[in-house]
Amino acid sequence: MTSPYPFAAIFGILIVALTIASGLIWIERRLLALWQDRYGPNRVGPFGLLQVLADTIKLLAKEDWIPPFADKPVFIIAPAIIMITVLMSFAVIPIAPGIIISDLNIALLFFLAMSSLGVYSIVLAGWSSDNKYSLLGGVRAAAQMLSYEVFMGLSLMGVVLLSGSFDLVDIVHAQRKIWFIIPQFLGFVLFLIAGLAETRRLPFDLPEAESELVAGFHSEYSGMKFGMFFVGEYLGVTLISAMITILFFGGWMGPVLPPIVWFLLKMFFFIGVFILMRASLPRPRFDQLMAWAWKLMLPLALANLLVTGAVVLAFFH
Amino acid sequence: MPDNYFARYLPLLIHLVIVGIVACGMVLLSWLIGWRRPTRAKMAPYECGMAPIGDARERFSVKFYLVAMLFILFDVEAVFLYPWAIILRDLKMFGFWEMIVYIDIVLVGFFYIWKKGVLDWGEASMKRGGF
Repeated sequence: MTSPYPFAAIFGILIVALTIASGLIWIERRLLALWQDRYGPNRVGPFGLLQVLADTIKLLAKEDWIPPFADKPVFIIAPAIIMITVLMSFAVIPIAPGIIISDLNIALLFFLAMSSLGVYSIVLAGWSSDNKYSLLGGVRAAAQMLSYEVFMGLSLMGVVLLSGSFDLVDIVHAQRKIWFIIPQFLGFVLFLIAGLAETRRLPFDLPEAESELVAGFHSEYSGMKFGMFFVGEYLGVTLISAMITILFFGGWMGPVLPPIVWFLLKMFFFIGVFILMRASLPRPRFDQLMAWAWKLMLPLALANLLVTGAVVLAFFH
Repeated sequence: MPDNYFARYLPLLIHLVIVGIVACGMVLLSWLIGWRRPTRAKMAPYECGMAPIGDARERFSVKFYLVAMLFILFDVEAVFLYPWAIILRDLKMFGFWEMIVYIDIVLVGFFYIWKKGVLDWGEASMKRGGF
């Protein structure tokens, strides 16, 4: 059932998503600091909590720089596209029973479609900047995100086979007996890796590799437009963590605590995993990245799909 | 679906409008608040302090175009698997064997491009002298 108060749901989810995403900037810097034996931001407000607010004000007050050599309309639209596509995906996320903006029967396909559209933002940003680093970052991002998208959808089809639905609410209900992480462990690993690559997080941050491409596709961006790419990335992390929670870890289900608390707990656990990966993993070479996607992940995803299909037919019929 | 089709998609439409306003608002706000003071060095593309040579509208590796073509091929093939996953329980074993045949055909193409070296980047690709 779609929420009876659509506006309340939309504003509630938008505010929570944006707060979590910007809060993540502080959480990530504090956690990285913890794992690297330093303090991280601790000056602005208690525990440095107001750092995000200070950063926002600074970004808004910075020079709104649109390079004269850039393709202006495309340059301005690109950061808006990433915000819109990622925030649109949040519309189909069931946070708890009744707390969902739009309960679609094709929710999973909608999520995949929106994550595909996100590629445009990065490619257009890299191309319109007319800067060699940006162009390299843009084409790298395109190749990487397209390659990892091919098996991202396939890795989820195991879950669809087990639950028999694209509806995320039905998928959560189908996990009443057992979380899909157990029958679909391979699917979970594949989706986690694809999710990392889709959000361009380390170890898959080749499009923006600071040490070689000086921020890649957003070298020429400044002020709030840069901030939008930044928040867009953290929104992506939040979204992928929410999707992992829903698809493989029973969504809002859990004993004693209210459903929404369980959902947030599980989601923050995976956000923590994302940050730990950034703290601990090195960046691969680009040829390794592509070979990994096409030669290993794609055959594995197909094999996982067929085996799951065979098991479903053998046990349920 | 039992309930009204439109009712399911209306919140999505409202959401799209609000999200669009948020995104455009952020761009507009930085345009309104941010100041502008162009200098000659700022007007040049950033190249780590070097004077830029030419612009970025240059040729780049054809490998990237190949990946785009492969993506279209394989994503279309993957899309055929989505509805199959939904209705496999109704198709029973017939659907399963059909899909085995289909995936075999996909794999023939996959190993062809693998052996052709389309998936090799960097040194491995250089050794073949191709692409």
